[in-house]
Amino acid sequence: MAGKLHFNLVSPERQLVSEDVDQVDVPGSEGVFGVLPNHAPFMSTMAPGVVRVLNGGEEKRIFVRGGFADVTPAGLTVLAEEAVFVADLDREELARRIKSCEAAVADDEAQPETRQRAAAELGQLKELEASL
Amino acid sequence: MPSLKELKNRIGSVKSTKKITKAKQMVAAAKLRRAEEAAKAARPYAVEMEGVLANLSAAAKDNPNAPRLLAGTGSDETQLLIVATADKGLCGAFNSNIVRLARERIVALQAQGKIVKLVCVGRKGEDQLRRLYGDLIVWKTNFVETKSIGFHEAQEIAEKVLEMFRAGEFDVATLFYGEFKNVVSQVPTAQQIIPAEAPDGVEAPDLKGAIYDYEPDEEEILRTLLPRYVAVQIFRALLENIASEQAASMTAMDNATRNAGELIDKLTLQYNRARQAQITKELIEIISGAEAL
Repeated sequence: MAGKLHFNLVSPERQLVSEDVDQVDVPGSEGVFGVLPNHAPFMSTMAPGVVRVLNGGEEKRIFVRGGFADVTPAGLTVLAEEAVFVADLDREELARRIKSCEAAVADDEAQPETRQRAAAELGQLKELEASL
Repeated sequence: MPSLKELKNRIGSVKSTKKITKAKQMVAAAKLRRAEEAAKAARPYAVEMEGVLANLSAAAKDNPNAPRLLAGTGSDETQLLIVATADKGLCGAFNSNIVRLARERIVALQAQGKIVKLVCVGRKGEDQLRRLYGDLIVWKTNFVETKSIGFHEAQEIAEKVLEMFRAGEFDVATLFYGEFKNVVSQVPTAQQIIPAEAPDGVEAPDLKGAIYDYEPDEEEILRTLLPRYVAVQIFRALLENIASEQAASMTAMDNATRNAGELIDKLTLQYNRARQAQITKELIEIISGAEAL
């Protein structure tokens, strides 16, 4: 393979990854796409899901919650709204958050907006749980 | 000439003030390090985002359907000033400097006959602006109850501002905050966030003739990107503000501690002189009493 792909992953709070890798799979909003070195310029929004980073037989998985992926000749930049290494996720914490979201969705007295937001978050959390 | 007891009391009170300012200075120094790290950690995202925006806005420039967040409403009649300050004092002129910059802008805009609206973030700025421009404040918030400011808080402010923009309540939004240059210098800064201005010095990447592909499409991406851009700019301003506040507080408290030290020295000297004078006076009284016999 010719060269490596420069991969940057940043969330608003910090920069998570900045290194040269072989391949990155990104959960685009219209389907997962793989990015190899020398990919054509491309920009996509992302759906909540897992970014897979492949480098020399190693695989890193990072959960992202929406954002943008930007492929330029200089490399791939992922601007994530929220990003966590899958390895750092805590199952119990996740289960707790799912439960509190479910409670919020079931709450009849809450504002429809809040319930909608809770429902969206619940979907994302379920997705995340499935990826573990 | 104050009595010995009065002097002693004053020395005691200045000493306890010095202890407080010293403690506040050390707290600020510790917080500053954390705040500076947070501000630095958030920079890559903002920089990358500016790159993406520069790239997209170059493509959307000639598009008549460009989103209003980028192209503007075509008017600048109603101006929204978002003034971000700290919630606490004891940080020198930090808050006043930001407020002064905002006030100068308000005066200039009103002289041009524009309508000015204010959003206050942080309690100190609100306190100062309320006196003169209380009726211009349309919304205010502060973080007195919030322990650490994350992206979530910035997003809430951004949502509120965007909601007002969609309702047509203003045309141009400018953000005021204290930019953190370094520990000794914090510069009050005004930055226009709506309509989004592609920042200087960021150029669209050289594609070597290739054609950019967008998924779903350019407009859709811009529609999601621009509100986030606003949130990111606000987030960055908040982080810079925190770092600046702590730096200003550290400097102010350092000065206060030093002043207190000088004052203690001066008072101690005065106290010793007064004590000496009293001893001398007593001696004279005894001696003249003995001589009179």
